[in-house]
Amino acid sequence: MNDLLSNYLPIVIFIGLSALIGVALLVAPFLIAVKRPDPEKVSAYECGFDAFDDARMKFDVRFYLVSILFIIFDLEVAFLFPWAVAFGDVGWFGFWSMMIFLGVLTVGFLYEWRKGALEWD
Amino acid sequence: MMTLPLFFFYLFSIIAVASALMVIVARNPVHSVLYLIVVFVNSAGLFMLAGAEFLALILIVVYVGAVAVLFLFVVMMLEVDFGQMRRGILQYMPIGVVIGAILLLELLLVAGSFVITPEVMSSSVIPIDNTMENTRAIGLVLYTRYVYLFQAAGAVLLVAMIGAIVLTLRHKPNIKRQDVVRQTSRKRHEAVEIKSVKSGEGL
Amino acid sequence: MDLLGQSLDYLFGIPLVGWGTQVGFVYKGLLLLVALLIFTAYILLADRKIWAAVQVRRGPNVVGPFGLLQSFADLLKFVFKEPVLPAGSDKVVFLLAPLVMATLSLAAWVVIPIGPGLALADINLGILYIFAISSLGVYGVIMGGWASNSKYPFLGSLRSAAQMVSYEVSIGLVIITVLLCVGSLNLSHIVIAQYEMGLAHMIGLPQLTFLNWFWLPLFPMFVIFFISALAETNRPPFDLPEAESELVAGFMVEYSSTPYLLFMLGEYIAIILMCALTTILFLGGWTAPIDLPPFTWIPGVVWFVIKTCLVFFMFAMVKAFVPRYRYDQLMRIGWKVFLPISLIMVVIVAFVLQLTGWGWHGGRIV
Repeated sequence: MNDLLSNYLPIVIFIGLSALIGVALLVAPFLIAVKRPDPEKVSAYECGFDAFDDARMKFDVRFYLVSILFIIFDLEVAFLFPWAVAFGDVGWFGFWSMMIFLGVLTVGFLYEWRKGALEWD
Repeated sequence: MMTLPLFFFYLFSIIAVASALMVIVARNPVHSVLYLIVVFVNSAGLFMLAGAEFLALILIVVYVGAVAVLFLFVVMMLEVDFGQMRRGILQYMPIGVVIGAILLLELLLVAGSFVITPEVMSSSVIPIDNTMENTRAIGLVLYTRYVYLFQAAGAVLLVAMIGAIVLTLRHKPNIKRQDVVRQTSRKRHEAVEIKSVKSGEGL
Repeated sequence: MDLLGQSLDYLFGIPLVGWGTQVGFVYKGLLLLVALLIFTAYILLADRKIWAAVQVRRGPNVVGPFGLLQSFADLLKFVFKEPVLPAGSDKVVFLLAPLVMATLSLAAWVVIPIGPGLALADINLGILYIFAISSLGVYGVIMGGWASNSKYPFLGSLRSAAQMVSYEVSIGLVIITVLLCVGSLNLSHIVIAQYEMGLAHMIGLPQLTFLNWFWLPLFPMFVIFFISALAETNRPPFDLPEAESELVAGFMVEYSSTPYLLFMLGEYIAIILMCALTTILFLGGWTAPIDLPPFTWIPGVVWFVIKTCLVFFMFAMVKAFVPRYRYDQLMRIGWKVFLPISLIMVVIVAFVLQLTGWGWHGGRIV
């Protein structure tokens, strides 16, 4: 096993331990606490009425737009990570190459700003 | 100690394949997306085993942290009518089969290239330098040597951004928005007018 | 590293417990988890006490002296409460959501260097690992809201997801500016870079380490990171997903007993993680503010905890002082203020660094 993988071994062990603590806490009340469900107790929380229909309703397409814009900016950040690390070695060429990349995306950003895609109503 | 990476390789692969199967078998589309996330995470594990730590984590950041969130939104937004979904399945079957066959062929080609031309491995463009952490290695070539591909990626992102806005942005009419600049730059005399009203006469 | 390792060797008295064996990892992982959970218990108490003090109340003061055992009493109460599974819910996803939330926020701690060399896993990509884990935090919320099959949780989770996602971008860009100065993704390197170079070295007084820390040269990013961290962890004034006056408790409405506890725990551990991250990125991690004897006698771990507590104190004060934002204001700040500012700052910082050749460059100080 090489160095790289042995660096990540504690992470796997640690995630396992955290999940174990989580599961232990999650299971505990099912074993020791009282369980006396009745139809009213297990019904969905509403303002006194029974629910009219399924709670999973259609929602504003704006949430979809926010998440797609997030993907694009997240990718931008993903491209910035190696650049920031190799920054001292790629010189002015690397710098301007990234500036053009950011410039192109800024055009898109200005477009969505002008179009009002960032407004929330 | 050599067996530990092997153990994890089989663990990740089996979970990934099993969850990939569940993605198409699960009846509830939200469950399908959740299984897809499991596939992504396990593929990241496989990347990690191959020594590509940067790619593994970026896979999680981009695919699990962003793309799958979008999938979940879309799936949750659809009004799920299972009967209707089943009805269309035969209609789309031919296209699905063709795309599947093409993908399978491509996969076979990639795997087969090691058999057809064994020298394909040695012809890799940049020799792998194990002394350097791979984030830096990517950074050294991505912005200089592969600058055109990098800029092409930027252009693709721009198109995606504009496309998303054109397709989904609908402004509802009659919406009152807060204009912060106008609010804060408003002067007193623009908003308030003082009139002296004589008693008993009104305005 | 050795402090923790040796204390373990001493505690268990088994020579087998060396740093590097898997058994050692398990012991050390457990020690870190237990320490973290106890720390969280007192941070929770501190949060309530500070909030109470601002409102001229006493806060919890019955269980134990000054209410010091309050959090443990709460834990017991949660465990003995009836876990209610709503009839219309998707039971598996419903229980998976809090588990995912708590596990992820705990898992991020494995790479945090709480002292010199004291990270359980000192990986090359520490900051990217934390970024990845925190980008997964949104799943606990969406899964919980969707699985509950109830209106309030559903709306709360949608809001929360969009909010967390919006502020993640500016957090990413802030991290990039720090990385530009450091040239490494390793969290220990980020701390060491703040010790070995900076303003204090420039003015010829390298003992004044606190001038070196990135909070000074990157002050705007420090502010943006702090506010984005509040939004990312759904802390007041950005606690819209659980705005109790309209959405009752957001995505947690249907939860009770320990599933609810796990959500709370996950949230608070994520908050402490953000405080620790602020400490590492901007406040010099474990290094002493002044590199002279009275300060250097105190071990690095203690400095780290002090700084983390200080940042948390600011979190708590913000909660007590600032009224809740409206949703459109929240989105406006994220997308129209923080995103452009941090993008411009990335460009400015990169330009200045390229021009002056300044920077730590992964250990090769120029």
